[in-house]
Amino acid sequence: MSDLHAQTVAYVRDTMLPEAEPPLTERGAIKWLRENLLSGWVNAILTVVSLYLIYWVLAHIGPWFVNSIWVADSLDECRQIRDAVNNGEPSACFAVITERWQQLLYGFYPSHLYWRPNLAFVLLFVALAPILFDNLPRKLMWFSLLYPFIAFWLVWGGSIWMPVSVLAGLMIAIAAFGIMARFSSLIGVIAAFAAPVIWWLFLAAPVADAVHSLIPIGIETANSKQIGGFMISVIIGLAGIVLSLPIGVVLALGRQSDLFIVKTICIGFIEFIRGVPLITLLFTASLLLNYFLPPGTNFDIVLRVIIMVTLFASAYMAETIRGGLAALPKGQYEAADSLGLDYWKAQRLIIMPQALKISIPGIVNTFIGLFKDTTLVIFIGIFDMLGLTNSIRASTDWNGVYWELFIFVALVFWICCFSMSQYSQWLERKLQTEHR
Amino acid sequence: MTTLTDPSKESFRLSQLVYDTRYRSITIQVVALIGFMAIFAWLISNTVANLQALGKDFNFGFLTVRAGYDINQSLIEYSSNSTHLRAAIVGLLNTLLVAVLGCILATIVGVIAGVLRLSKNWLTARLMGFYVESFRNIPVLLWIIAFFAVLTEATPAPNAFRGDDSAASMWLNETIAVTNRGTYVPMPVWHDGSVAVVLVFLASLVGIWAFGRYSKKRQEATGEILPNGWIKLGIFVLPTLAAYFLMGRPVGLDYPSLQGFNFQGGLHLRNSLIALWLALSFYTGAFIAENVRAGILAVSHGQTEAAYALGIRPSRTMRLVILPQALRVIIPPLISQYLNLTKNSSLAIAVGYMDLRSTLGGITLNQTGRELECMMLMMLIYLIVSLLISSAMNVYNKTVKLKER
Repeated sequence: MSDLHAQTVAYVRDTMLPEAEPPLTERGAIKWLRENLLSGWVNAILTVVSLYLIYWVLAHIGPWFVNSIWVADSLDECRQIRDAVNNGEPSACFAVITERWQQLLYGFYPSHLYWRPNLAFVLLFVALAPILFDNLPRKLMWFSLLYPFIAFWLVWGGSIWMPVSVLAGLMIAIAAFGIMARFSSLIGVIAAFAAPVIWWLFLAAPVADAVHSLIPIGIETANSKQIGGFMISVIIGLAGIVLSLPIGVVLALGRQSDLFIVKTICIGFIEFIRGVPLITLLFTASLLLNYFLPPGTNFDIVLRVIIMVTLFASAYMAETIRGGLAALPKGQYEAADSLGLDYWKAQRLIIMPQALKISIPGIVNTFIGLFKDTTLVIFIGIFDMLGLTNSIRASTDWNGVYWELFIFVALVFWICCFSMSQYSQWLERKLQTEHR
Repeated sequence: MTTLTDPSKESFRLSQLVYDTRYRSITIQVVALIGFMAIFAWLISNTVANLQALGKDFNFGFLTVRAGYDINQSLIEYSSNSTHLRAAIVGLLNTLLVAVLGCILATIVGVIAGVLRLSKNWLTARLMGFYVESFRNIPVLLWIIAFFAVLTEATPAPNAFRGDDSAASMWLNETIAVTNRGTYVPMPVWHDGSVAVVLVFLASLVGIWAFGRYSKKRQEATGEILPNGWIKLGIFVLPTLAAYFLMGRPVGLDYPSLQGFNFQGGLHLRNSLIALWLALSFYTGAFIAENVRAGILAVSHGQTEAAYALGIRPSRTMRLVILPQALRVIIPPLISQYLNLTKNSSLAIAVGYMDLRSTLGGITLNQTGRELECMMLMMLIYLIVSLLISSAMNVYNKTVKLKER
């Protein structure tokens, strides 16, 4: 065969040619441009339109940004600087941010106490770390459990015994469960719910007062009217999400259960909350909650908002967790049943750990939505960042400043929400590989 | 929960209510029901006691009383002499107006952005990514306020349009005026005979539907495919145009013009409406873009390749193979975005748009002092609207759901 071949082919090159460079249009930047921007006339048009759009936006706001003025005491001074230095060219007056950023972040919180919310904010990340990243020591979880009480005490101040007595309620719940679960896990669960509620409603406040009069430990009190800005968004958002998680779990289980009445109540609650805008619930908090509670009850507006936001978030949380429950293979339920675990044990040991893990990205997304929705509290008289832009504009110094404030607020929200959504996407990818 | 034990012969003991799985579920349900009713009764008794203490009663009689306030935008006839009920209906219609307009624009924006974000064009894809991420991660309330500020602060006053070398000029050949008091657009004027044109137009819509059925039947019988798109476009345009000219051009346009201190004529779209509409649309559009993108990515590439292997043309592959599968993924979240948009329209309060919350839950509530009734009615209306939208979603879901075991 090879002989034949050798005869028919007159000449065979026996040396290798050196590698030649690809043609100019097929390499480097030109290739990239051809492939990514100019392949076909549709793409070319898209590129031109996009370039024009970018040019248009930059031409309009570019100079305004470049000429920014960062130091001035009022808008008038800003305009004087603009006329003197920038020849009257449009220029942003970010001096309002340099002067008022503390107000935007802390509201009317006393400035000598700023270290307290700052400390709480730093500790927040310590508390969140073991929940968000599972390669950290599990013992840090204990700090996460304690964190809400520490944060409450740091922000609101007052006697230390108040958060301690509330915390004692949780100890009582655990103790009650431990004692009563010997008889039946159902009774244990009921006791774990009932005992702390009785403690919190009737005993916690008097006990805290009594202990405080014996051993007074406390720091300067800050009231809710002083708390505002970015701080109030974080407080309401975090409290809402943390409190709504257990309620959401219960609602999701109720909605999945075979018990008709329990299921109906849960569906009714979830669909009602999801069917009305958050703003109507907030107005309910500010206008109607006084009607629904015993005569003479009157409590803090921030607490009222947190209650309503918690109810709101728990309905969404329930749907997220229901998604996690539904995504769990049926075999897991059947395996738990075949091991002879009762309902609560099966949920606690088999179902929930997996379902919650699946739904963490959804929970983070719910949190992002809730965090953005905290801006709505301006309608019931709490000054968050957006509300504070109005009150800054109401001062004579800064009357007429719009964009600089909006840009600052937007940037703060964007950074928070974007990093959270990046985290949730990272987690989604991580969980995906584990399941394959 | 089935048990394999024999039915017990012994008499019923009370402890069986808790320990026997046959009875336990009933016990739990009865306890839950009693607890639920107890909480409900507690809330109602509190409310009754509080109302009594304030000397108020609970009735909806105020709805038939003269409202006494003006609403600057109403789709139906309304004056300050109308009742509170009518004011509430005006508000509801305004809510629905901005919701419907918003859903339409949000869908258009979302589909374009979602498809372009998947485009091979690097620049466009990045640009759309920037749009989606910036709108999704910033509160909608801020967008509404910012759009409103753009419209009121960055647009010229009507005064600027005066004179030959005016500072501002109208858009699109002197037909649209964007001012800080709102946008004025041409308004159609219906002269005699316009009814006929409208009827012909409606008839042509029916014609398109009938033709679609005929062509499908024909294709199934003979295998031939008609140029459907062109024929439908023809039916859509030609008869209506013919009727328009035959009747002597009965439908005209009323153009806005500067008279005195303000624009007269045309349709006045208030800044509040436009700001709310644009902000809601672009905000929701960003979410819809992600849904559309996810939907398209969810259809595996093998489907396209299989369709090509069968010799189906690209356009038809898109229509018959890709879209039906992508829509199954896209539509449910799309409708829940519509639901969100409708609920978010209650943020109209930020720009003073007179929606349901501003009329029934705002001025009416403040004037009559009937917080309980107003809030309950308002929540009920929002709930009904939401349930209607989500039941539409459930019906759709049932029709396209994959049938599994």
